[in-house]
Amino acid sequence: MTVELKTVAITPLRHTFTHVAALIGGDKPASRYQEAVLGAQPDTNFHYRPTWDPDHELFDRKRTAIVMREWNAFKDPRQLYYGTWTMGRARQQDAMESNFEFVEDRGLVARLPHEVAERALDVLLPLRHAAWAANMNNSAICAYGYGAPFTSAAMFHAMDHLGIAQYLTRLGLTLSDPARVAAAKQAWLAAPAWQPLRRLTEDTLVVSDWFELFVAQDFVIDGLLYPLVYGVVVDDVLAAKGGTAIAMLTAFMTEWHADSAKWVDAQVKVAATESDANRALIAGWVRAWRGRALEALAPVAKLALDDEAPGYVAGVIEAFDARCAKLGVIGPVA
Amino acid sequence: MSNVFIALQNNEETRPIIEAILADNPGSARSDAPGMVRVDAADRLVIRRETIEAQTGQPFDLQYLHVNLISLTGYIDEDDDQLTLSWSH
Repeated sequence: MTVELKTVAITPLRHTFTHVAALIGGDKPASRYQEAVLGAQPDTNFHYRPTWDPDHELFDRKRTAIVMREWNAFKDPRQLYYGTWTMGRARQQDAMESNFEFVEDRGLVARLPHEVAERALDVLLPLRHAAWAANMNNSAICAYGYGAPFTSAAMFHAMDHLGIAQYLTRLGLTLSDPARVAAAKQAWLAAPAWQPLRRLTEDTLVVSDWFELFVAQDFVIDGLLYPLVYGVVVDDVLAAKGGTAIAMLTAFMTEWHADSAKWVDAQVKVAATESDANRALIAGWVRAWRGRALEALAPVAKLALDDEAPGYVAGVIEAFDARCAKLGVIGPVA
Repeated sequence: MSNVFIALQNNEETRPIIEAILADNPGSARSDAPGMVRVDAADRLVIRRETIEAQTGQPFDLQYLHVNLISLTGYIDEDDDQLTLSWSH
């Protein structure tokens, strides 16, 4: 007797959900990212308007001055959905764990020049409060924003900021003790060098237009703060003075900022390309918040870099302005 | 000259790889079998890391190709950026 093996190919009747197919140009296999975010925004048949904001629906396009025909256009070039995001961050967390272990096991903290360690603690520790505010702001973008591709990525961004705040706390505990972390909070609350940045940060907490908040926090403030603090101060200046161990403990921040900037740039670009009105709005927000951010960061730069600060800050501004110009959102300087 | 092919499991991880192969090799032909996708090309078939990364927006290590690789023909010329199948050597 012979047994003949046959395979039967079963072709699926449809390849993806109808609402996804409508957005990717027909019924074809969609990636998990596309199925996770496209068309996931509730946009009709709402019940009562929220009592805390009767002028708007629960989810409302009009909570920002930005106008889009298709809110699903805000795609994430990194294609993060819950699965890819958690797997990616788990990998980075493993790397950071081994960095902390490396620094602790080899006694690298004791070998840090005293001046370098003190400087790093002075500059980095108060920033955990700024990172926490960035977490709040991105949570707000997720809560009040419109369009699941944008809001889901904003929530990941929020949690990333929370992780950064935790890494900074842990850095403080590795290099020093809990009293030092508490002292950094006092510096954030009272030291003159930190007050302009604290004021700026607290002002962003009450911005009600969520896209303006995104431009202010994720594009402008982080776009200047991260290159200045992690790029220049930690990776460049302190590392050259024997502080490589500190750069190991902030490796995530450098890597994350470069990666998440792709997402931020893509959102700015999509909104600005949609219409000239959007472009003008964004350019106006960039201009306003850039000025304020530079004022707020000047004393921090001075704290970190002393007399070398203006030269380094000029370099950071130049790179940021080039980024704006590339996205077409730098307006004539008023 | 003759054909080369590569056969990969058909899943979420290989979708961007297959799309990258089809984009990088004009004239290549895709055929679907249950659980498998086979791509045939005349003479030469190249897989580029850059094209895969452009599809996913994530860094990709070409070695991960082997996780879902079923079969291939041709001599392999492989480095960090590309994997080329051909009969010339």
